[in-house]
Amino acid sequence: MVKKTENKSAAGGQVLLAHGGGGQLSDQLIREHIVPRFRNNTLGELADAAKLNLDSPKICFTTDSYVVKPLFFNGGDIGKLAVCGTINDLAVSGARPVAISLALIIEEGFPFDSLDKILDSIAANAAENKVAVVAGDTKTVEAGAANKIFINTAGIGVRLDGVEPGFDKIAVGDKVILSGTIGDHGMTIMSHREDIGFKTQLKSDCAALADLTCTLLTKIPGVKFMRDPTRGGLAATLNEITKQTSLSIIANEIDIPINPTVQAAADMLGFDVLNIANEGKFVSVVSPQTAEDFIKICHEHPLGKNAAIIGEIVKTTDAPLVEMRTKIGGKRIVQMPYGRDLPRIC
Amino acid sequence: MDAASEALGRQINIMEVCGTHTVSLFRNGIRSTLPRQIKLLSGPGCPVCVTDQGYIDTVLELANRPECIIATYGDMIRVPGKSGSLETRQNSGNVKIILSSEDALQLAKDNPDKTVVFVAVGFETTAPATAVVIKQAAKEKIENFCILSNHKLVVPAMSALLSMPTNKIDAFLCPGHVSVIIGYGAFKEIAEQYKKPCVVAGFEPMQIIEGLAEICRLLIECKSEAKSIYSAVVTEKGNIAAQNVIDECFEPADGLWRGLGNIKKSTLKLKNQYSKYDAMKRFGLTEKPSDEPPGCHCGEVLCGLMEPPECSLFGQTCTPQNPIGPCMVSSEGACAAWFKYGRKKNGTNG
Repeated sequence: MVKKTENKSAAGGQVLLAHGGGGQLSDQLIREHIVPRFRNNTLGELADAAKLNLDSPKICFTTDSYVVKPLFFNGGDIGKLAVCGTINDLAVSGARPVAISLALIIEEGFPFDSLDKILDSIAANAAENKVAVVAGDTKTVEAGAANKIFINTAGIGVRLDGVEPGFDKIAVGDKVILSGTIGDHGMTIMSHREDIGFKTQLKSDCAALADLTCTLLTKIPGVKFMRDPTRGGLAATLNEITKQTSLSIIANEIDIPINPTVQAAADMLGFDVLNIANEGKFVSVVSPQTAEDFIKICHEHPLGKNAAIIGEIVKTTDAPLVEMRTKIGGKRIVQMPYGRDLPRIC
Repeated sequence: MDAASEALGRQINIMEVCGTHTVSLFRNGIRSTLPRQIKLLSGPGCPVCVTDQGYIDTVLELANRPECIIATYGDMIRVPGKSGSLETRQNSGNVKIILSSEDALQLAKDNPDKTVVFVAVGFETTAPATAVVIKQAAKEKIENFCILSNHKLVVPAMSALLSMPTNKIDAFLCPGHVSVIIGYGAFKEIAEQYKKPCVVAGFEPMQIIEGLAEICRLLIECKSEAKSIYSAVVTEKGNIAAQNVIDECFEPADGLWRGLGNIKKSTLKLKNQYSKYDAMKRFGLTEKPSDEPPGCHCGEVLCGLMEPPECSLFGQTCTPQNPIGPCMVSSEGACAAWFKYGRKKNGTNG
């Protein structure tokens, strides 16, 4: 935690438009609130670009923006989400995350207390995952022009030796693995939203997966595919696999782990848990020979303790599709979600 | 069920009169497990779907008034009217999604310089909650609150369906939620007058299957009874307190239903003593014509006369992203369920 700054009182405890003006206030914002939290020389130089010395020229590079509402929720906040989201994009691509950039777009009037809380969260999560925040930017906009704060992060990761996951590796007979329960993040956000304010005991699964994925990708040979099922949920990821491979998937409903509270909240609102966002899970496709070992490693890690084989890649007979074997032995199609689910009337 | 379809030697048409049943049937793959001779027809059980076009256009007209805030349940906002939908008005800030009628009243309290119009739709399940806030508004003398009432009654609609010469219905799987309020005894008039078994079931897959099996048993035994297998929550007489609060505030009036037209005593209208909370009267509105979108067959779908894939718009110009009729809007609408979970036109995979 960084000591509260004098600048805070000078600014009335709130971010001003002038904090984005490039002058003294901008400088104070960066030097007093941001840089000290991310203690590293690269950022400390405050150069126009970060100079990095990486172990390998083979890298993965990604970027994502975060506009979540509310900014703070059970299990996380926009800062944790930004760090973990970018780490996860690198992790599921077969890389060990090394460095991220941090761009903040802050509304005039945003309290420094909240900003500091978000920055602390970013720092803690980056440090925990051994990722350095090496570059950044701050902009301020008029009140109402953003949802208090928007964050963009870009990330660089070093690709693990001999690890090349990709859709082209997926073949008939491969197993589809899910690393844990689904829907926790999306339903938590829903429960916090001001216009859908029912009280529940939901908690976002927001977490960085790199530790687990690096272990899996290093120890299990030939992992074919990994993706974090964020927006669009498990349904979107499974459909993306079928679309890109022209193969089909048979998934077993009974094997898909779902927290009963999440299921109850989704049922109440008429939502399909398969479509709901996750922020600390991955879907993987592996050969049938390695599936059990893969699951075993998952179960030894706190972020993979509920991992399960949820389905299998099969030949396409008509058009590529995801078919679900339901708990009662029926069948149904899992479609690509088509946008925003709406809470039902009764 | 196999035995029933064999014993009867013909197709059995069972209508589920509840959108939640429709979704559960699809989501749990129940349709795919049934014998071919058992055909499920989705009935007028989705509140969004049965709401007539004129009502939608009236809501949109009110949404254009700067002095109004429209408080609506979520799945109403995307129903297209003649000029857009409530969703397209959301940017103006005067359309609010709520989860309960209490939220609507709270909006009125929080915005004393606006008039909150609650889009009061739904069956006997949501009507008591509307009645409670009307009474509350009267008690607390909250003047900037009113409702556009379109609460519907299930039994008159079932009766109207059976009066249609084209109907093919053999029995009803009756709605669990509505029956909690009205009791399974309310379906006796359907069972006795039209000789159609009516069985109330819950929403879990096994409860639905049990309900369908019970219907088959009744059909084999030629018994036209009204009964409930959802005994944990549905009694014969229902929730008397909820019925009473409906009766205190509302009276049945003739009302328009999509696809079914005007049905006698099928829609709840505020009683005179609460008429100042009637948005139609407060804003001096008259009923708008029910001009349904050209080519839309939601009406036939709601009457069980057509399955969604038989509509030429289904999955072509009418999709969940771009719904033309209301049955594609609500997650509980038959068209949305078919689109999301079904694939083949004959429904075998649905």
